[in-house]
Amino acid sequence: MKPLEILKTAIANSFRSKLRTTLTVLAIFVGAFTLTITNGLGTGISNYIDTQLAAVGPGNAFTISKTDTSGNPGSGPKKYDPTIKRVAAGGRPGSSQLTLDQSDLDKIGAIAGITGVTPVTRINPDYVQWSTHDKYQLSVSALAGAQPQLASGTNLDDTNSQAQLLLPVGYIVPLGFADNSQAIGQDVTIGITDATGTMHTVAGRIAGVEQDSLLSSSGIAVNKSLSTALTQAQATGAPSTAASAWTDATATFATSSSAQVSEMKSNLSAAGYTAQTLDDRIGTVKTVINGIIGVLDAFAVIALLAAGFGIVNTLLMSVQERTREIGLMKAMGMGSGSVFALFSTEAAFIGLLGSVIGSAAAIGVGTAVSGALARGPLSDLPGLHILAFAPGPVGAVVLLVMIIAFIAGTLPAWRAARQNPIDSLRYE
Amino acid sequence: MPVPILTARELTKSYGRGPDRFDALKGVSLDIQPGESVAIVGKSGSGKSTLMHLLALLDTPGSGTITVDGTEAKSLNGRRLNGLRNAMFGFVFQQFFLNPAASVLENVVLPLKIAGVGARERRRRGMEVLEQLQLADKARNKAANLSGGQKQRVVIARALVNKPQVLFADEPTGNLDSATGRIVEDILFDLNQNHGITLIVVTHDHDLAERFQRRLYIRDGLLITTDEEHAA
Repeated sequence: MKPLEILKTAIANSFRSKLRTTLTVLAIFVGAFTLTITNGLGTGISNYIDTQLAAVGPGNAFTISKTDTSGNPGSGPKKYDPTIKRVAAGGRPGSSQLTLDQSDLDKIGAIAGITGVTPVTRINPDYVQWSTHDKYQLSVSALAGAQPQLASGTNLDDTNSQAQLLLPVGYIVPLGFADNSQAIGQDVTIGITDATGTMHTVAGRIAGVEQDSLLSSSGIAVNKSLSTALTQAQATGAPSTAASAWTDATATFATSSSAQVSEMKSNLSAAGYTAQTLDDRIGTVKTVINGIIGVLDAFAVIALLAAGFGIVNTLLMSVQERTREIGLMKAMGMGSGSVFALFSTEAAFIGLLGSVIGSAAAIGVGTAVSGALARGPLSDLPGLHILAFAPGPVGAVVLLVMIIAFIAGTLPAWRAARQNPIDSLRYE
Repeated sequence: MPVPILTARELTKSYGRGPDRFDALKGVSLDIQPGESVAIVGKSGSGKSTLMHLLALLDTPGSGTITVDGTEAKSLNGRRLNGLRNAMFGFVFQQFFLNPAASVLENVVLPLKIAGVGARERRRRGMEVLEQLQLADKARNKAANLSGGQKQRVVIARALVNKPQVLFADEPTGNLDSATGRIVEDILFDLNQNHGITLIVVTHDHDLAERFQRRLYIRDGLLITTDEEHAA
């Protein structure tokens, strides 16, 4: 019997007992539905976290600071070292942080795998103003290479000599704009105080409006041109040494395996620097979510296993019912392999039917629910679609269900294949 | 003398073991020539069906050999054996074993489907054999909606569709009234006489057996030369 004929016959056979097939398909439907939903949940949340992480900074970069070894209690006061500079740092009052200078940057840049080092310049502007409207305080997000989620407009262009900025969506109305689209292309004035207390103003054009985000601060993002202008204005009158002392640097590396990343990290650590990737800082969130999704998936698989026994039962009844027919086909020269293939194909087809219907229903219901949630309870987290369905995972679910169905079908199929034509046809 | 199409030498077959052992055949030898019509006659439990199953290669003998058209059956592997059965033999059963949900045509072309014949060719040959048996107008009917005689004709059509050399029939008229049974008998003998198909029929019906060229009487697993019971 040709494989195509086996397939056709198996499909026709599965519709012979419609009620029984429907009930089995329904059992598989429940499992496939659940598995697709939990998968969609995983995909949706992972997508959201990925975009949120991208908004904070690129994945292939370290944030590097000098490792402070002076704080060990009991080791007594440290000797003064004229090469070490400290600046006041956040955290508890009086705490300070070691600074990086050009020689540190060179050292970091020399470490194998690092492709570029840029110092993180802290820009502390005082206000932002559009036209003659009210002035508002602001902060500047520091990390280079971030990919913010835009509500409208375009992303920053570091190669553009035009000073550009991205404004968080919350600034639009206070600054006097009617909506996002009005703000795009407008010039705003940023006020910044220099080292001597003099106020400078720097103009920047709004390139885009940034969505509220879970992880990044609500600061504005600036391109290189505006960043340079602001830094210069801020540094006016400052001692020259201050301009070359930074608390952090960003070191980029080519896309590497996690082993390579950890090797770079240990090299940096040996050289006296603390390096963290974005994953180090925020990746644990993902691990927790993956754990939860895993548990949910396990429940769905248990449902599928129960459905698998349903398939065994359905097919055993079919084999029983068709004993004579199987005997006849074998008498007519059908091989045991073909009989086995016929029944296991029928099982896989029932699995396909259940999983496709289940996944389709899950995608339909999930998309509707996710949309409703995004408009309602989750509207404070723009960009979050709690259920997202990628073709890959959904395809994997369908395949998994078919494999489970096939395995469940092997026992009945084996019983059918093993049947002796004589025993099936004997009626004396 | 032509080569016999079927040869059996000292066939034995037993079921069960130890005290439950039952010897269905105790050493049967026979030759069947191409184009012959042979009736295997015996009572229930005489071993006649077992003999037919062995000759049709549906079962393997405990000992002894079967030769089909010069080839010893034991030398064939499973696939070749299945292929041989499919190509050379047709089967007609007392209980029709039709798939009631499928159409007459689908039932008839089942052996071709198993042989891997394409759909178009299956249809052509299926219709051809249905016309031969005057069932062409029923091709699309469900097998369940036919009368007993029609069902048995469908079964014969199914047995003939792959143009077999040997037709095995086990009580072909057992489930039919005598008028319908007569029609089915006529069809079988017509196939034997006008199409050269070797006919091997198992029956306990002596009137039917009388119409065959040769009768093999079997009792308690052995061939006997005369029908003592009937002669007596």
